[in-house]
Amino acid sequence: MDLESIFPRLQEIIAQWLSSFLPGWLAELLVILMVVLAIVLMMVVVVMVLTLLERKILGRLQDRIGPNRVGPYGVIQPVADTLKLLFKEDIVPEKADKLLHLLAPIIIVVPALMVWAVMPFGKKLVAADLNIAVLYVIALGSVTSIAILMAGWGSGNKYSLLGGFRAVAQLFSYEVPMGLAVLSVVMAAGSMSLQSIVKAQSPLPFAFVQPIAFLIYFICGVAEVNRSPFDLPEAESEIIAGYHIEYTGVKFAMFFLAEYINTFAVSAMVVTLFLGGWKGPILPSYVWFFIKVAIVVYVFFWLRASFPRLRIDQLLNFAWKFLVPLGMVNLLVTGIVVKLNVPVWLTVPAYWAGNFVIGVIALYLLTRFTPKKTPVSLR
Amino acid sequence: MLNQYLFIGILALASFAVPVIGIGFAWLISPKRANPLKRSIYECGLETIGETWVQFRVQYYIYALVFAVFDVEIAFLLPWAVAYNRLGLVALVDVVIFLGILATALAYAWRKGALRWS
Amino acid sequence: MALQIAFVIFSLIALIGAFLVVTTRRLFHSALALVLSFVGVAGLYILLEAEFLAALQILIYVGAIAILIIFAVIVTRHLMDPKARAFNEQWWRAALVAAGLFLILVFTIAKVPWPVSEAPLPTNVIFSMGSSFVGTYLVPFEVISVLLMVALVGAIIIARER
Repeated sequence: MDLESIFPRLQEIIAQWLSSFLPGWLAELLVILMVVLAIVLMMVVVVMVLTLLERKILGRLQDRIGPNRVGPYGVIQPVADTLKLLFKEDIVPEKADKLLHLLAPIIIVVPALMVWAVMPFGKKLVAADLNIAVLYVIALGSVTSIAILMAGWGSGNKYSLLGGFRAVAQLFSYEVPMGLAVLSVVMAAGSMSLQSIVKAQSPLPFAFVQPIAFLIYFICGVAEVNRSPFDLPEAESEIIAGYHIEYTGVKFAMFFLAEYINTFAVSAMVVTLFLGGWKGPILPSYVWFFIKVAIVVYVFFWLRASFPRLRIDQLLNFAWKFLVPLGMVNLLVTGIVVKLNVPVWLTVPAYWAGNFVIGVIALYLLTRFTPKKTPVSLR
Repeated sequence: MLNQYLFIGILALASFAVPVIGIGFAWLISPKRANPLKRSIYECGLETIGETWVQFRVQYYIYALVFAVFDVEIAFLLPWAVAYNRLGLVALVDVVIFLGILATALAYAWRKGALRWS
Repeated sequence: MALQIAFVIFSLIALIGAFLVVTTRRLFHSALALVLSFVGVAGLYILLEAEFLAALQILIYVGAIAILIIFAVIVTRHLMDPKARAFNEQWWRAALVAAGLFLILVFTIAKVPWPVSEAPLPTNVIFSMGSSFVGTYLVPFEVISVLLMVALVGAIIIARER
């Protein structure tokens, strides 16, 4: 038995054992429940690891050690944080809309977790290989905006509302170029199913074939999870923590849970769409998947430590006036390259040539037309 | 195919359950000592002055409109992208026209200042 | 059998959502009930094996249109008065008209012999859709982009005139 099929075999064995004493439909339901619980548990553990890792890595990048008091190298820190947040009093402001205030942290976690249903962890490890996986992921991203608006409005606080608006404006401004970048991947792979996209990335991962789409998607991914340098909506120094000001204890924890799961999910999408997913020699496919995702997550942390925050108008202008046209042009060029019918060995160089031309022109336009002065009114 | 959606449905229920269980558990074990100071709105440590519901800027609404239009565009381009490989040159011309019209719309929005500042 | 249960559940979600939209006092809650209704409809699409439509429903209705509605709700301050009444004196006339419309619709749907195609679903629905955008439905595809452009231009013109 090869390492690839460990988990599918395990699932089969459990399914058979269950159906020996349970009716067929109940056994199937229980198997599904088992996989769902495995995914949820994995996500919770990953988030706890990520919070600690981020603080340690940021610390090292800023020439200090991160948390190291609670347990050796601070490994029990996330547990301590969780316990602390669980015991905090839940304070709801009197002018808040109680229903919205309660629902927002619940609803924000749902799309973050649901993305994982279609993620291909390994060659035979995808929970639900949907035909429309890419569209599913994009659609879930837009549900998060509703939860943020609920949080912003439901807190009854001016700054919370303002933070909510800015966060939602940022979210949907960066969804458009993200979709455009993904379109060129879908064109190259001929399918919206994530597993098929991974399998279509031979011999080269799409990041090398379509670097512009890769860059666009990566930048939009960082913006979608509200991470630095796009973290204005939750900037402590700017607008006092934005849309989750009035949240305490576990509800506050839920917003962070959602953000970290989203970060992990966006990294996983970058890996799946552009970095060859679970492909790799020697090691089992799921190990490669996690290694690649870990590298991308590290780059996210690295970005946070390296760049100052962008202003809201810079953010939105960059999305609409640069990334969207760039995405459209990239789509057209990819379309042209595909239809050129070059001999097989020339396809990759053809893509490179197209991308190179776009890149040069884009960089030229960017440096030429970026305004040097700050606009007068900024609210 | 419906089996896959059964999985997604159950995952949706589980992902609702996680925060609910967390919040419920915390509600059980957390202290509840309400006082009016705690329940007032946080505004840099000062008292709130004026109405809380601000008149927001039309700019946000315009951004949302432009987003809605481009969202629909992407949704329609996705099936085209899936079928692109196996279609003729017509597909390319098709999308040049489609994107061209939408690029014109974007340019119009840009010129009219709809995409200006926050 | 399971499909029947799922159908009932999703229909209930859609209907209850729609009912709450009309009866809730707070406008924001109405908007959220509308989102619930959209989700119910998406579920119904999935039961009909129209997964692309379901995803589109969530992406566009919940992701763009509901957000526009919520933005509009937040702007109109005075309609957020929780003491506003959801019903007025003429509610029984409205109920009568609604019941009449309901009967007409039920009668039409039940009695008209709708032409149902016997052809099986194509195996790769998305591919068929894509190739039809370039084939049979080329003109509607282009008209969509014109429609979108018109919508955008019109909205900007209206919104700029303050």
